[in-house]
Amino acid sequence: MEMQSHGGIRSGSPPAVPREGAQRSTEALSVVDLHKSFGTLEVLKGVSLDAHEGDVIAIIGASGSGKSTLLRCINMLEVPDAGEVRVGGELIRMRTGRNGRTMPEDQSQVDRIRSRLGMVFQSFNLWSHLTILENVIEAPVHVQKRPRPECVAEANAILDKVGIADKRDHYPAHLSGGQQQRAAIARALAMKPQVMLFDEPTSALDPELVGEVLRVIRQLAEEGRTMLIVTHEIGFAREVSNRAIYLHQGRIEEEGPPAQVFGNPRSERCRQFIQSHI
Amino acid sequence: MELLSWGDKGWGDELFFATLMTLAVATAAFLLGLVFGSLGAAAKLSRHGWLRAIADGYTTIMRGVPDLLVIYLFYFGGSALVTYVANKWLGTSGFVGINAFTIGALAIAILSGAYSTEVIRGAVLAIPKGEIEAARAVGMSRLLLFRRILAPQALRYALPGLGNVWQLALKETALISVTGLVEIMRQSTIAAGSTKKPFTFYAAAAVLYLVLTTLSTYAFQRAEDRSMRGMRRA
Ligand SMILES: Nc1ncnc2c1ncn2[C@@H]1O[C@H](COP(=O)(O)OP(=O)(O)OP(=O)(O)O)[C@@H](O)[C@H]1O
Ligand SMILES: [Mg+2]
Repeated sequence: MEMQSHGGIRSGSPPAVPREGAQRSTEALSVVDLHKSFGTLEVLKGVSLDAHEGDVIAIIGASGSGKSTLLRCINMLEVPDAGEVRVGGELIRMRTGRNGRTMPEDQSQVDRIRSRLGMVFQSFNLWSHLTILENVIEAPVHVQKRPRPECVAEANAILDKVGIADKRDHYPAHLSGGQQQRAAIARALAMKPQVMLFDEPTSALDPELVGEVLRVIRQLAEEGRTMLIVTHEIGFAREVSNRAIYLHQGRIEEEGPPAQVFGNPRSERCRQFIQSHI
Repeated sequence: MELLSWGDKGWGDELFFATLMTLAVATAAFLLGLVFGSLGAAAKLSRHGWLRAIADGYTTIMRGVPDLLVIYLFYFGGSALVTYVANKWLGTSGFVGINAFTIGALAIAILSGAYSTEVIRGAVLAIPKGEIEAARAVGMSRLLLFRRILAPQALRYALPGLGNVWQLALKETALISVTGLVEIMRQSTIAAGSTKKPFTFYAAAAVLYLVLTTLSTYAFQRAEDRSMRGMRRA
């Protein structure tokens, strides 16, 4: 499988000049000063982050701190009130609508960019009327419009890799939670995404099923995939990430290498949060 | 039994063709009703208040007014309208009737569309939100999402309810015998009158309706079983 190749995706603007050393040259995702309110509740109060290719960024924070909202604003499942999102250098263009709210200027651009962001949900969200294989080839065939035989061959390889090749012709309802989540990861992988977004991928699983999903995610990290992982699995986050972010009430309160954020955070709140989650 | 035989002496062939007529009106009405129902459901689920209000008005009226009255209003109102239009612009004069099949099918379609509206609306709401979100997240356009995810799922949630709507449409065809269309009900009445054996013919009519509804229950059950593949058994 040659899923590491991201050819053709970087068109738009040229890759950023190397900043922090040679192998971290290409900017995969950039978020600048993101704001989002639901009614009077301000959930994101200006969040910025950059992910270079190969970065694995762990996002932690208390319930309600805005972790899901941050991920959902990146792929426009929620439309941010202000701020910029760039994927592979391409800015998602926004405009102000007649009612004064911001909205994407061009929905087809959003659709295109979404297809480059693989989202994995807490509750799997596999399409229940399609078999596992059909779930995995659905978007490659119908969104990317690639030839079906090619997609099927790739899907088989991916399902094999996540360890559920034998469940290919089953419907999602007949799989365990861990198997469904691995299928959902396979569905995201099949799009050859430039960045993967995980929103608490193991929170809905029985404890004995968490391991099999974390193994798959760890393997993806080792392959050098760019990933944002929202998780409450502190130990896992520390092992697998090369950068960690602690969100508190819609702001980044602590950010840095995992050893710092998890081991010796400057913020007292972050320290307490980590202590209570080990 | 001679009365129900085929040919000149019996009414068998007449009843047979009347049955076909019932099926034809019901089918046309049901399908058109599905179109109204889809539009109605889309309006009820719309962001726009005025669309929701129109759809609410439609279903409230259709459920609140007796079905027979809707058919009368359609028949006489429709005829009056067509007469007016024809006299004014087509140069005809006097009463212009409308084809009884058309008016009957239309009236039942409007009625059945109101029931379909509720069924389809419920089916769309039954689709797990997360699956829609997953479709948006992979970059599906609205049209693709509708075609590949929303419609197939809504259909399977709607099938049981649509089976009932079809049964209703089938039985409501009996009401349009008042427009003169020769379907099962009308044919039985004619036969009963000319043979003075009403019970025989109304019983025959009941059997014919039962055959139609039983067969269609079976067909809908099959379709439902097929569409429920992959659903967790309750
Ligand atoms: N669509 C919405 N409408 C209104 N409020 C919302 C919506 N989505 C999220 N919120 C609110 O925004 C806040 C942040 O929610 P978010 O889901 O981003 O938190 P989170 O950090 O992911 O929490 P958790 O760990 O529980 O998943 C919460 O108070 C939540 O109730
Ligand atoms: Mg969340």
